[in-house]
Amino acid sequence: MSAVAEPIASLVPYRLREFHSFESAGEQFVYLVPSGSIFALDAPGRAIVRELSANVCTKQELIENLARQGFRVSLIEMSLAELEESEVISFGDYVAQQPHLPDSSFPLQRIVLNVTNQCNLACGYCYEYSDDKISNTTGKPKYMNHQVAESAIDMLIQESAQRPSVHVTFFGGETLLNFPLMRSSVDYARQKCAAAGKKVEFSLTTNATLLTEEIVDFLSEHQIGVTVSIDGDRELNDKMRVFHDGRGSYDIIVPKVRMLLKRHRTNSIGARVTLSSGVSHVRRIYEHLTQEVGFDSVGFSPATASPDRLYSIGPQTMGNVLEGFEELAWQYRDFALEGRQHGFTNVTDTLKELHTGVSKAYPCGAGLGLLGVGTNGDVSLCHRFVDSPVGKMGNVQNGGVDHAARTDFLNTHHIGARYDCHTCWARPTCAGGCYHEAFIHHGQTSAANLHYCDWIRGWSDLCLRIYGEIAVRNPSFLTRFDS
Amino acid sequence: MNSLRAINVKAKKAEKNMLSAAQDVQALQKKGGEGKIYYPMGCTLNFTPGWEVDSSGGTAGLCQPVERDLFDCYLGCGWPAQVPDHLNNAVEWTDKCASAAKDWRNVDIVFP
Repeated sequence: MSAVAEPIASLVPYRLREFHSFESAGEQFVYLVPSGSIFALDAPGRAIVRELSANVCTKQELIENLARQGFRVSLIEMSLAELEESEVISFGDYVAQQPHLPDSSFPLQRIVLNVTNQCNLACGYCYEYSDDKISNTTGKPKYMNHQVAESAIDMLIQESAQRPSVHVTFFGGETLLNFPLMRSSVDYARQKCAAAGKKVEFSLTTNATLLTEEIVDFLSEHQIGVTVSIDGDRELNDKMRVFHDGRGSYDIIVPKVRMLLKRHRTNSIGARVTLSSGVSHVRRIYEHLTQEVGFDSVGFSPATASPDRLYSIGPQTMGNVLEGFEELAWQYRDFALEGRQHGFTNVTDTLKELHTGVSKAYPCGAGLGLLGVGTNGDVSLCHRFVDSPVGKMGNVQNGGVDHAARTDFLNTHHIGARYDCHTCWARPTCAGGCYHEAFIHHGQTSAANLHYCDWIRGWSDLCLRIYGEIAVRNPSFLTRFDS
Repeated sequence: MNSLRAINVKAKKAEKNMLSAAQDVQALQKKGGEGKIYYPMGCTLNFTPGWEVDSSGGTAGLCQPVERDLFDCYLGCGWPAQVPDHLNNAVEWTDKCASAAKDWRNVDIVFP
């Protein structure tokens, strides 16, 4: 047997498998695709990868080339076996595998209740009201009523199957326009979840204009996490975040936010910044919101907009945004090396995914563990598709989740069906990107967001380098991402 | 490992799996010490039925077609194919195969 097998095996070349190589803190790392594993290469590993980067080689060629560089033959053979086993290299051809698809009966974890489709602000970029809006609120209630909210919570508990904890997010419109419903829903969810033996957590997204001490005390008492939409200092915030008469909202919200930060200490309170063409000063915004206003954490996201909108971020502005992101990200690295937490949550979120080694079948939890609910009880893909015919998946008072529609969506949106992504090394964390962004830019939720691929790869590479440096110089910092 | 170090959680899981797989092989090769059970050297556990498959789950990528050395493996425990166990679980596996060259189609897949 071996007499026949040996000559054949000797002709089979080794080749590199799919990975992204990066250097940090004087070390070379590989980020394996699609598994999401990160390995540091030692001398024999680096040498083998270097040889195979130039050309595919048979085992004999590799041994000859590396022996000339001073490596022992036994070490080379052992290293080849290790690298092959770790899927850094392959012996002969290999078939790239896509992530396993979650079961279509994946249990629900979170619902987003759009408790109203009304808002007291008229932010120019808002995806619910701007020129790119996909929602149609005609003929639908302006405010969600108790029956709908309670049915939605019942649906969450039922669809969450064996999950020990569930989450309810309150969203709008401006959520606090319907604070009475939020208050009663929290009580109802607590009572129902206790009976079902589940833990329940809550969060709120608000523009902060309607916060009062009474509301803040309620948020604190029920440990409700809060996300405040705010775009920076007065000049920047008031470019887009204005009342219907055009007045800026900064002077109204900042005293309320300070009061919130002071009185509510039982859960996290973060700022969410939407970047648009005139509002792209990342560092200035971050420093204002952390140092002047007092937020611990700030997350940034470019406005979703068709490219021809005036507030859309063009390539030039996007370059500035990325420079700002990079500057803040290195600051994050400096903090991490000293064991301190930095508040730039875009880095925190990415580091957490890299640390765990996620390999996503879907870009986010929409339609999977998360569903949105509109004021009339319609179930939607996520909060961004509420009141839109696209992504509708049933009604909480009329049959609950439409499982056929949900399964159909999941079958057509996994990474295996996004062919454009199959050669991209950033797909374990990106998986094609936001469905809503894809719908606005490319007209369909199943399209890959090809307009920001370079940006995603640049950002992923930056975060990998930061991750590598922290892993080498202060690995204990990363234990916070273990759970 | 000599050539690479696991850094993130996923890589550490993969490394752990690789090490435990390597220890399986060592266990089969080592003579049992005092108080330890001795497992004979072999390409498979004695009572594990089934074919050896390649990384894609088929047999086409193996270095030899399994049919070629069927009887070496089935009766004499040779290399490289893993075959059904002829002592206990698949005693009649090759009963209809008097000559492998002619009758190999009668040797079917065995499901554990």
